[in-house]
Amino acid sequence: MSTPLSESVWLNDVDVCQVEYLAEVSGLSIEEIEDLIDTDVIKPVDTGTPMRMFQLRYVVTVKTARRLRDDFELDQRGLALALSLLQRIDELQAEIHATKARLGHPR
Amino acid sequence: MKFKDYYEALGVDRTATLADIKKAYRKLAHKYHPDVSADPESEAKFKDVAEAYATLKNPEKREAYDNLGKHPAGESFTPPPDWQQHFHTGEAGLDDVDLADLFSAFGRSGGGSSGGGHRRQSFPMPGQDYEIAAPVTLEQIHRGDEIELSAELPEYDANGLAHRVPRTFRITIPKSAANGQRLRLAGKGGPGFNGGRPGDLYVSLVLQPHPLYRPDGRDLYLDLPLAPWEAVLGASVHVPTLAGTVELNVKPGTTAGQKLRLAKRGLASADGNVGALYAVVRIEVPKTVSAHEHELLEQLAAASNFNPRKHFA
Repeated sequence: MSTPLSESVWLNDVDVCQVEYLAEVSGLSIEEIEDLIDTDVIKPVDTGTPMRMFQLRYVVTVKTARRLRDDFELDQRGLALALSLLQRIDELQAEIHATKARLGHPR
Repeated sequence: MKFKDYYEALGVDRTATLADIKKAYRKLAHKYHPDVSADPESEAKFKDVAEAYATLKNPEKREAYDNLGKHPAGESFTPPPDWQQHFHTGEAGLDDVDLADLFSAFGRSGGGSSGGGHRRQSFPMPGQDYEIAAPVTLEQIHRGDEIELSAELPEYDANGLAHRVPRTFRITIPKSAANGQRLRLAGKGGPGFNGGRPGDLYVSLVLQPHPLYRPDGRDLYLDLPLAPWEAVLGASVHVPTLAGTVELNVKPGTTAGQKLRLAKRGLASADGNVGALYAVVRIEVPKTVSAHEHELLEQLAAASNFNPRKHFA
């Protein structure tokens, strides 16, 4: 479902939004977000329609992108690279967390 | 108002050039930026660094800051009278205003103690986004509880000055919530200026460690301690789950590390599915045994031909 700006919403991986929404809440330009899409930092969901939709959790990603861009004065290429690396770190941390959960508490 | 030593925060001399300030900021930003650093205290450190940089990189703000003189960090001080006149604070004064908020307002309102002549910004400025952390337990997520959050957030007066005021929010946690998930409250952040849209408030869920359960996605893991004879002979044991205690049949010959799956006893996902609870078997051994137990174990050792190390041979 599409999410109007006035709502209070949980940023999950079920509800979706359009690219304009990501630009609106993050302050990034559409061009900057397109660059993140081109580099697979943000992936559209398959809705079976021509309109591209994105999981709402990507709001967190684009807001992080905006912070990194502003705080480190990154250009588009640097921003995409930094976000790809951060995403990889997140995945590795999730794997470590999952492994620890399965192995159990140390005694 | 509490004094903050912005030069100390950046680790530069008061005579530092803009290039020195920028270099120091970049170095510290790489170290403490909350999106980069794993140190939980880095966010507060980065906030100090960014606040110092925001003022010192701007020549007008830096001049106004320098005119305050040098004070020990944290010392209470009274801003010059012309600041109060400039911000039209009247009797309310600037006591409850944070120094960072004051310098932030300089940019919007047009100057400070260093004299007039600053250009008033007229382009639309969106309001600031705020983020607050909400500690939650697995039980609260499982039940989909409503929780109350309190935070001190800036509210702006007619002169554009921020005053920290306590605010309370009630939010309902979805049963599909996960650690780090955020709720966006549109327009609940700082006000926009010159027609800019208001900022948003983000509530970030921080899952508290649980004494029993370890979450992995929607699944939960729980250590299931068994006595050696329970593992060998099998047993019926009571296992706590988020939805209440269940009885679990442990088959004879259960080994340490084996995972016993309890379907739909984990956390719910947004699509309606429910994860599993995995009870991970641990064989616990009594540290001391009675004389009778010792005798029985001796008999078992003599009667058994079980060799757990036969693959060594």
